[in-house]
Amino acid sequence: MPFSANATPEFEGRGGEELGTELSNTLYKVFNNKHSVDLKSLCISAGEHCWVLYVDVLLLQCDGNLYDAISVAIKAALFNTKIPRVHISADEEGGKEIELSDDPYDCVRLNVENVPCIVTLCKVGHRHVVDATLQEKACSVASLIISVTHKGTITCTRKVGGGSLDPESIFEMTEAGKRVGKALHAPLMKLLQEEESLGKARQKVGFLG
Amino acid sequence: MAGLELLSDQGYRLDGRKATELRKFQARMGVFAQADGSAYLEQGNTKALAVVYGPHEVRGARSRIRHDRAVINCQYSMATFSTAERKRRPHGDRKSTEMSLHLKQTFEAAVMTQLYPRSQIDIYVKILQSDGGNYSVCVNAATLAVIDAGIPMRDYVCACTVGFVDETPLADLCYAEEGGGVSSLALALLPRGGQIALLQMDARLHQDHLEALIEAAMTACKGVSKVLDQVVRQHLQEASVPSAE
Repeated sequence: MPFSANATPEFEGRGGEELGTELSNTLYKVFNNKHSVDLKSLCISAGEHCWVLYVDVLLLQCDGNLYDAISVAIKAALFNTKIPRVHISADEEGGKEIELSDDPYDCVRLNVENVPCIVTLCKVGHRHVVDATLQEKACSVASLIISVTHKGTITCTRKVGGGSLDPESIFEMTEAGKRVGKALHAPLMKLLQEEESLGKARQKVGFLG
Repeated sequence: MAGLELLSDQGYRLDGRKATELRKFQARMGVFAQADGSAYLEQGNTKALAVVYGPHEVRGARSRIRHDRAVINCQYSMATFSTAERKRRPHGDRKSTEMSLHLKQTFEAAVMTQLYPRSQIDIYVKILQSDGGNYSVCVNAATLAVIDAGIPMRDYVCACTVGFVDETPLADLCYAEEGGGVSSLALALLPRGGQIALLQMDARLHQDHLEALIEAAMTACKGVSKVLDQVVRQHLQEASVPSAE
């Protein structure tokens, strides 16, 4: 979870590490369970070999609401992941030999249906705000981070911030978060499928263009 | 051995370029709104992102304040996904520290630091994808970022990595060429005066070839400077059009 010094000069060198560790721990909790990602599909041979997935997030510019943006990015990246097919053949002496398929198109895709998206709600005064910018965040006392799947199930909740929330507002915020989160998944998947179907004609959107 | 010839008999390299040809250059300035200056540069498959903050008050060690000039602080890092194998330590390792130091030396030669006494200029460069010529792409990206930040410089700083194969100097090496046992030389040049800001080579090369190699590097850098100039002018044109309306 490297924090680029580009985001703010505060992150120079080891500056961003605290925030980075907090973020990576939360994200790990959200994504690393068998309900989110189908971990069984990563298995090559039971009890011996399996694929390890490294997710590296590079934060370029920081304008509030990090968790949401990062979770959407991770979901999109997982959707885009191509794992080469593995053939296991028995070696002489009974050992297993692993062969990776050389064909770049012969690959396994991950099923990201159940991967949750994170919604952050910030409490400002008596109401709550979704997708707060840095300035809005500065006005809020506390925020609630909820990770919601496409079915509307909540997989993880966490409260951050110095202020305190009363139980009623937490309940309200959770309901709102569920609604927003559920509504977030469908357009995201549609967009990902559309882009996938473009194939070679896909315009690589980056900093250019 | 067929297939991995760095320079074929017809004069073509691994990626089809001629010996003195540079890679495809694409750049964009002002990619971040929050930073004082930023630039994104692609040279072939190598992608670098440079961000400049400053001049501002000196952060951290008070002892670093210079009374007559600005202090330049550079940080070079590579993204974990920039190389074929996942890089475990993106910054703080020896190579990055060395590169940061080289960048600092290069820019101290070019930036007019006497105009900003007691202040600090931060230059952060990140390599997003590494395909050879890391140092050169960093320097070029950082030049564009410094210009975007509006910090005055004596001249463009252009850099290029050249190598020597079969009695021919090759300009702008890619990763396969750098690793293939080629003696490579990295040169940072201020083109107008022909001043060399940094020269680095750590391979064996016969003394007689050195001059030819440096000449080839200087020609390549001058080519790079023309492209950088074009990028800057185009960016300024695009930026000034809305205000004209």
